[in-house]
Amino acid sequence: MVTSITSFGRSGLYDWMMQRITAVILLTYTVFMIGYLLFNPDLDYNQWRGLFDGTGMRIFSLLALLSMVAHAWIGMWSVSTDYIKPTGARFVFQSVCGLLAFIYVVWGIQILWGI
Amino acid sequence: MLVSVYRYNPEIDDAPYMQDVHIDIPGGKDIMVLDLLQLLKEKDSTLAYRRSCREGVCGSDGMNMNGKNGLACITPLSAVVEADKLVLRPLPGLPVIRDLVVDMTQFYRQYEKIKPYLINNTPAPAIERLQSPEERAELDGLYECILCACCSTACPSFWWNPDKFVGPSGLLQAYRFLADSRDTATRERLADLDDPFSVFRCHGIMNCVNVCPKGLNPTKAIGKIRNMLIQQAT
Repeated sequence: MVTSITSFGRSGLYDWMMQRITAVILLTYTVFMIGYLLFNPDLDYNQWRGLFDGTGMRIFSLLALLSMVAHAWIGMWSVSTDYIKPTGARFVFQSVCGLLAFIYVVWGIQILWGI
Repeated sequence: MLVSVYRYNPEIDDAPYMQDVHIDIPGGKDIMVLDLLQLLKEKDSTLAYRRSCREGVCGSDGMNMNGKNGLACITPLSAVVEADKLVLRPLPGLPVIRDLVVDMTQFYRQYEKIKPYLINNTPAPAIERLQSPEERAELDGLYECILCACCSTACPSFWWNPDKFVGPSGLLQAYRFLADSRDTATRERLADLDDPFSVFRCHGIMNCVNVCPKGLNPTKAIGKIRNMLIQQAT
């Protein structure tokens, strides 16, 4: 058993499962967005705004945003533990990733609810 | 043909270097790489490599031949030589002791970690713990591992974290004991593997399957360990 306090859920199995669940959510969101844009070639601002006004779309978007943060954290954490060997540099890298993730969540919520 | 061998003697050399040797194969026969090493050693007796059984059973002569890990004793020249050239290097990722001899300590430490022995604290029967033919068949494809380290040293996840990631060889053995009907420590074994490194550093690139000289499939065994962890935890 290797202990780790900076991984997403402390358990390898939990991280593994989260990585897959969030991937499915992100894939669904991506396919939906691409499909929406393809089926609405003459999209205007009001229609675009109307899409994001709906509660369902807000839930879906927030779910995708949080999934992206979790997915990115697990991925970047793996990359940093593979390639950045000095503990100090790795901690700084992980801190920057964590801070960026937090900023994206707050910023994303502001965009979603700000309109 | 041209043979380029990795040479490094830390007592003499400042840095490793590649030694190019032109060699004629007697009778132009398709000999094994180990036989070629013997010819090289006759030319230059300072060349160091491990070998023992010379028939793919002991796992001593694992090395990197033209970029692919394998056992020198069961690899014919025709299978690896390209454009009449052969590059021989030690197994990648492990510290080199001398020439083609690597320090396997990290590899064995991972093997030790998975407790490679049957654990069963129930009273021993008078004669032996029996298995049905079906239960025994579960161990096929797992018990044959000879610990040559070709797979683990072909695995980038093992290169980056040889102290934390058990590696394909160790995980194949871990599943060999998880799958054994006579072993009663399944829960404890799984608990020891449920961290972000031991099993889950495997990203399934299957380098291990590609190089295993015994034709085993560590990636499949790792998938089965993961399934056991999921079934236990959900």
